[in-house]
Amino acid sequence: MSSTAADDQFYREYILDHYKNPRNFGRLENPDISHEEDNPLCGDVIGMDFRVKDGVIEDVRFHGRGCAISQASASLLTERLKGISLDEAKKIGKEDVLGELGIQISPARIKCALLSLKVLKVGAYGLAGDDEDGE
Amino acid sequence: MATISRSSRLDVATIRRDFPILETGIAYLDSANTSQRPRQVTDAMLDYFQRYNSNIHRAAYKIAEEATERYEGTREKVRAFINASSTKEIIYTRGTTEAINLVAYSWGRKNIKKGDLIVLTILDHHSNIVPWQILAAANGATIEYVDIDERGELRLDQFYELLKRSPKLVAFSQVSNALGTINPASEMVAAAKKAGATVLVDGAQGAPHQGVDVQALGCDFYAFSGHKMLGPTGAGILYGRRALLEAMDPFMSGGDMIKTVRVEGTTYHDLPWKFEAGTQAIGEVIGLGAAVDYLSGLGMEAVRAHEREITEYAYESLSDIEGLTLYGPPPSRRAGVISFALAGIHPHDLATIADRDQVCLRAGHHCAMPLMTRLGVVATARASFYVYTQKDEVDRLVGSIKEAQRIFK
Repeated sequence: MSSTAADDQFYREYILDHYKNPRNFGRLENPDISHEEDNPLCGDVIGMDFRVKDGVIEDVRFHGRGCAISQASASLLTERLKGISLDEAKKIGKEDVLGELGIQISPARIKCALLSLKVLKVGAYGLAGDDEDGE
Repeated sequence: MATISRSSRLDVATIRRDFPILETGIAYLDSANTSQRPRQVTDAMLDYFQRYNSNIHRAAYKIAEEATERYEGTREKVRAFINASSTKEIIYTRGTTEAINLVAYSWGRKNIKKGDLIVLTILDHHSNIVPWQILAAANGATIEYVDIDERGELRLDQFYELLKRSPKLVAFSQVSNALGTINPASEMVAAAKKAGATVLVDGAQGAPHQGVDVQALGCDFYAFSGHKMLGPTGAGILYGRRALLEAMDPFMSGGDMIKTVRVEGTTYHDLPWKFEAGTQAIGEVIGLGAAVDYLSGLGMEAVRAHEREITEYAYESLSDIEGLTLYGPPPSRRAGVISFALAGIHPHDLATIADRDQVCLRAGHHCAMPLMTRLGVVATARASFYVYTQKDEVDRLVGSIKEAQRIFK
């Protein structure tokens, strides 16, 4: 009954790696921007701290607990954000985040995958969070 | 394969043939969320929709008479199922949530005053918390929550302390949906009544699995949903003691809940129709009647005995798994619900991996966020069982857990 190949496709090595060894995990002291969002499905929370200088994200950290998908997605996103301008960050959309994960995300898990993007959008440039819910 | 050794034992193999969805190969372990429905229920609904679909209470032709008769017939079945003294005490609602909201609105707004105390428990489902929070905020009442002990059972010492403060309302669940804890409902109702409180019991997880005798229990209100007891969504029940219901104003208003409407004002219909405004979920109520027949045919003692056997088996199987934490009381004091966590694996990830094996598992806060906070977790995985659950489905769950542990090792 088990479909091992499909599981491994979903939980690819690098996803698990980002889950177990999240990059840029923790808090920043005196961040310029700090914001948290929760996943209404399960109550998971992800928060991000940003240090911004001259419109450029100098440093970013994320914190919170969650599933492999939400944690890996947040970890990947922070890697991408470091050193780019807020204007460039604004262009990051859900296709980019899902593309970076590189796996088929089922409708049931899309909120997990996009939680960190929601934190970025609402926190860093104050957009209403609901437009990225992906439903 | 189930064998019949006593008449009080469920013949699960035969029961499973009544549930076409189980032929798809799923191991459905999410019955506390919503149960599956047997053919007898869907056939009863289909028969209504295809043969005598019409509105109730007002048409003067044969099929409408039959619709009215079957719609009202469910009321008597439900009355007998919960042993209420009269069908006037059986109000149709969309489910437990609407039933509790009805009480919070129609009884609560009139009777809960500034400074009054409402006692709830940390085990309660959001549907038995949020309506009272809204009421308390509107009327200036306060809410206290009875805590749990380390085994996930209510702290009765604390409950008795709170009763000394003469709460106006005590509301609690018969069975916890998240932990499966079976609360000592009779004892709690008796004590709360003695303290002068009005008592509502949330039977969403109680009625389907333990059954209830509302007269013996002695509560003032009892709410439950059809869809968790083999019936369809959209049909549930509020039981209320007649004297209380008589004194309450309607919740929803409009068609069918009135006697006369004049421009100067309106007189309301008698019980139970005073609380049933607008065209009702007729097919669903008829389906609920068929579900009650089905459960009554099995016998609630046999249902409970089967669930206990499966729960004990699951509890033992899961206890053997390394890195697995079980929440809640031992199987003898819980309903067919097991909440657990795996070290290093989020419940959502487990549910996704289980889904690949066609094992349907709930992952999340189970609409009991205060309880999750109390337990110090964000979410748990939850397996829940019913009349059609068999041991090999529990074995499949164990297989999925081991597969998840292999992937996340």
